[in-house]
Amino acid sequence: MTGEIFLQNLANGISLGSLYALIAIGYTMVYGILRLINFAHADLLMVAAYVAFYGILVFTLPWWLSFLIAIVVTAILGVSIEKVAYRPLRDAPRISVLISAIGVSFLLENLGIVAIGARPKSFPRPEDIVWNINIGDISFLSLTIIIPLITVILLVAVTYMVNKTKIGTAMRAVSRDFETASLMAVDVNKVVSATFVVGSSLAAVGGIMWSLQYPQIDPLMGVFPGLKCFIAAVMGGIGSIPGAMLGGFILGMGEVFLVAFMPELSGYRDAFAFVILIFILLFKPTGILGENVVEKV
Amino acid sequence: MFKKKYFTLIALLLVAAMALAGCGGGGAEKKEAAKDSASDVIKIGVFEPLTGTNAAGGEMTVEGIKLANQLFPEVNGKKVELVIVDNKSEKQEAANAVERLVSKDKVNVIIGSYGSSLSMAGGPIAKEAGIPVIGCSPTNPAVTLGNDYYFRVCFIDPFQGTVMANYAVEKLGAKTAAIIQDVQQDYSVGLSNYFEKAFKKLTNNENAIVAKVNYNTGDKDFSSQLTTVKAKNPDVIFAPGNFLECGILVEKARELGITVPILGGDTWEAEEFLSRVKNTKDIYFSTHFDADHPVTEMSTKFMEEYKKAYPGKQVNAFGALGFDAYILALDAIKRAGSADPQAIRDALAATKDFQGATGIITLDANGDATKTAIIKKVVDGKFAYEGKVEPK
Repeated sequence: MTGEIFLQNLANGISLGSLYALIAIGYTMVYGILRLINFAHADLLMVAAYVAFYGILVFTLPWWLSFLIAIVVTAILGVSIEKVAYRPLRDAPRISVLISAIGVSFLLENLGIVAIGARPKSFPRPEDIVWNINIGDISFLSLTIIIPLITVILLVAVTYMVNKTKIGTAMRAVSRDFETASLMAVDVNKVVSATFVVGSSLAAVGGIMWSLQYPQIDPLMGVFPGLKCFIAAVMGGIGSIPGAMLGGFILGMGEVFLVAFMPELSGYRDAFAFVILIFILLFKPTGILGENVVEKV
Repeated sequence: MFKKKYFTLIALLLVAAMALAGCGGGGAEKKEAAKDSASDVIKIGVFEPLTGTNAAGGEMTVEGIKLANQLFPEVNGKKVELVIVDNKSEKQEAANAVERLVSKDKVNVIIGSYGSSLSMAGGPIAKEAGIPVIGCSPTNPAVTLGNDYYFRVCFIDPFQGTVMANYAVEKLGAKTAAIIQDVQQDYSVGLSNYFEKAFKKLTNNENAIVAKVNYNTGDKDFSSQLTTVKAKNPDVIFAPGNFLECGILVEKARELGITVPILGGDTWEAEEFLSRVKNTKDIYFSTHFDADHPVTEMSTKFMEEYKKAYPGKQVNAFGALGFDAYILALDAIKRAGSADPQAIRDALAATKDFQGATGIITLDANGDATKTAIIKKVVDGKFAYEGKVEPK
């Protein structure tokens, strides 16, 4: 492998890995606070993509406004889902909430098929933010730089929010114990809603970036990134925000370099993702950066 | 209080949605049940992908079938009813769809499907039930092989692969090629193999295929496969597969600075593919039919009627093949003189010099048609006629 080919693969790996990381952060944040794997996260990503799509093409809004509206709509939808599908089950066993999350995911996908149709649509790429960069023989989209930047900025922002702000402190308190936190005058409902606002906005940003990178959107578009990013989040240690970032990059880089070094195995990319997941969990059951949580009796 | 009201509202909405969906399905079934009792109706079952990755291909085919049904609604003095079932672009669903057509709807003959894998999933069930099937565009040889009840109105991949290899070597002057295939599609893997064989033979070079890389249906990231191919520096790339994946793949190849010609198969003739690649050039593929080069009287008639029925849509090969499958079915029923599936099968097997919209169809011992292949390329954001290749 020549140097140039290696660099090209590195650029491909960064672009895929940072996308995985971006979406995985949303998964892990909601889990870290509520101990709930929000399976609808992947479908919020799809909703965001469609809102942005219609904003740009049907209502001919500027791209940044469409993206902003997409984030707001997705955040509202995320909070409503929590109110309707998760909050009534707060005292139920955790598995019930999980099943409810899967139900919401199916509901969104199939509503999408009925309302919009299953035929994929072509997502517009605004020229202001997407252009081709050529350095020697290496060429990549501007997104290869933009997406990691956004991922890092959001990572720092979310970490700051959780660790340094008042609402973040409340989130951490709630994540320890709902009841005790509410006895300490923390408005649990408000904190949970705030968590979903942030989590869903992250899904929206992820969805928009995903659609810019792979500009074909359909109602089931969230399934594949959802699964991969869930793996990334678990690999990095679900609940750990830097872990999600790390997991995303390992997965993206791994997939790209598997094909680069062993082209004949290129059909087994997805299998590869699960194989690394199994290996990491065998040796470190809580994920790479996951903490060992001791359950109190 | 607010919470409760909100919850009830959503619940009501959901119930309404379900009731609506339920009504739609129930209504259709009742209508079909009523048809069952009338014996003066001939039923033609259609299984095509109307949702999922192949939705556009199935839709084009069904448009052709419906058009033919409007033009020729009767045979032997009986009315022809179409029973259209969506196979959702999934193999399991394709098997279910055929099962439904033979056991529940009790159709006399079946048409379908776009996609070789889908056709192969449905084939054995129709064979078991003794119902003949006419394929519109499945090109993999295994679709009809060993199945006396499966016929088709299109050419097959050994021919298509050879045509493209010939074109690459003779017209494009290629000495090396790379293959990018979808390992989940029998169509893609089969066509790649025939291309590879023909290409090696034509170039007299066992190592003429410098790279062969794989992907899976539904993949969206092809950057690493393409980087691998780019490193090998082939003269042409052969990448047969679904129009959705290939659209992204070809677009990405150009973004990565790969400028060599990219070749594909008949599935590329879809708007979804064109919309991705219209700003690029040197894209070639083989297909079944060209609107500017009608071959029979039926082609001219098909095109006139198609433009009337679907104004604003491009006349395409899949619509034409769907059209042909339907009129061939009717012709076979006429020749059989009855609607008995076995008699229709025997009449189909004896098809000779049938005038279809896509050409003159004679079915061989396997039930395959031997027909002219058309080569098209992408020029100025449109599919343009490049040439045609007669079967030997």
